[in-house]
Amino acid sequence: MKNDSSTLLRFTAPERVNHWLVALNFFLLALSGLVYFQPLYYPLSYLFGGGVWARILHPFFGVVMIFLFGGMFFRFRKLSVMTPTDRAWLSHAREIVNGDERNLPESGKLNGGQKLMFWSLVTCMVLLILSGIVIWRAYFSFMFPVVVVRLAAVVHSVAGVIMIALIMGHIYLAIWTKESIGAMLYGRVRRAWAKQHHPAWYREITGGDK
Amino acid sequence: MALQSLDITRRSATTTPSPSQRQTPEVAKLIDISKCIGCKACQAACMEWNDIRDVIGTNHGVLDNPMDLTENSWTVMRYSEVETDRGLEWLIRKDGCMHCTEPGCLKACPAPGAVVQYSNGIVDFHEENCIGCGYCITGCPFNIPRLSKKDSKVYKCTLCSDRVAVGLEPACAKTCPTGAIMFGTKVDMLHHAEGRVADLKSRGFAKAGIYDPHGVGGTHVIYVLQHADKPELYSGLPKDPSIGPLVELWKGAAKPVASLALAAIGVGALIHYVTKGPNEVSEEIEKEFKDEK
Repeated sequence: MKNDSSTLLRFTAPERVNHWLVALNFFLLALSGLVYFQPLYYPLSYLFGGGVWARILHPFFGVVMIFLFGGMFFRFRKLSVMTPTDRAWLSHAREIVNGDERNLPESGKLNGGQKLMFWSLVTCMVLLILSGIVIWRAYFSFMFPVVVVRLAAVVHSVAGVIMIALIMGHIYLAIWTKESIGAMLYGRVRRAWAKQHHPAWYREITGGDK
Repeated sequence: MALQSLDITRRSATTTPSPSQRQTPEVAKLIDISKCIGCKACQAACMEWNDIRDVIGTNHGVLDNPMDLTENSWTVMRYSEVETDRGLEWLIRKDGCMHCTEPGCLKACPAPGAVVQYSNGIVDFHEENCIGCGYCITGCPFNIPRLSKKDSKVYKCTLCSDRVAVGLEPACAKTCPTGAIMFGTKVDMLHHAEGRVADLKSRGFAKAGIYDPHGVGGTHVIYVLQHADKPELYSGLPKDPSIGPLVELWKGAAKPVASLALAAIGVGALIHYVTKGPNEVSEEIEKEFKDEK
């Protein structure tokens, strides 16, 4: 596909590398974080060398995530600005769920759902970083009153679970929408795919109105 | 640390029953503040029995020494000078773990078996299971557990669970020269405390009472206070301590709700895929591009 001139570049190599590093780091964070959330998930601590290692590593994975996710934020924030068309697109929820894209408002490089996902992830990430600092007992918790630490623990748990839920949705939608995983892995998509799922982007990039 | 293992009521982060074949009577340590002379013999006995030594600190111009609980000082005397309707009073409180019936530390702890509660009511930390996250500190309504910088484990008063297990009283109670610290079954201690409260009332302490707060289901360290209506006078003893709504939410409802929600997303996605099929490029568009070639 790479050498097929009929394909379109959807994501550049740096964007793809950044995405997959975030994805890898997300799994490390989610698996180590669930350890403290509920006893059901405590066995996940063995993936990291035991409960103590999971406790030590989780916040440092978080620090790495600040930089990696920060990269994604600055790469995609302009592309993710919501437009009236995106809002109209989102209002067709029922058709979208059915996979019926015939009567949808034309989406650009990212559709309304992807933009909503982006801003939801950004919101959760900001909450996780701020609350995560407060509950990082080894270095920061002693600076805050216990009520603030308790609040941060609740915020961190809720935001973390919502983050996992969003990523589960993100992964499923990528599996459901055929060829989109390839777009993030290799960067290129077929013209037919682009026209099907992102018609406004297709026209913009090909210059035609097909 | 603990020696007992047959009489565990609850273990942290554990959903199945704990070894509980042996039943023991509920115990309590009664601290009668009206009889305390502030000699700190209890602090010394605690260090001695548990064989831990705090670093030599600095004099802050008050009798409190050390100034706060630490991983090596599991009990400290807190001295407060307050003006009451009886004039200047010197209220000296022996601070330490209250051994709550509903322990916030145990509720918050994510490490299986790092916090245990025995059937006699003692709440104990098993440091070998502790992962050092400090959630017990977040969950405690009395600000008791202390995280060690040396080993990243938390420490607090054990109510001498090792002594109690073999029929001895806690070291602090053993050493108290005025009988301000007593130890026995909770029933006996409450009975004794009632007598003390009646005595104090007869001597003009109209608001004397027992501190055994219901918000945490009662405690296994109870105080006789001269001013039970104002526990805050005693170096900030909380008036109505409880685990609180934030910790209840965090370690209560949030857990099953979140797991069910995540499971629902997984199952929902599977059902969606099976019923709707994959989202592929439509035949019309495929045809359009095929014709072009």
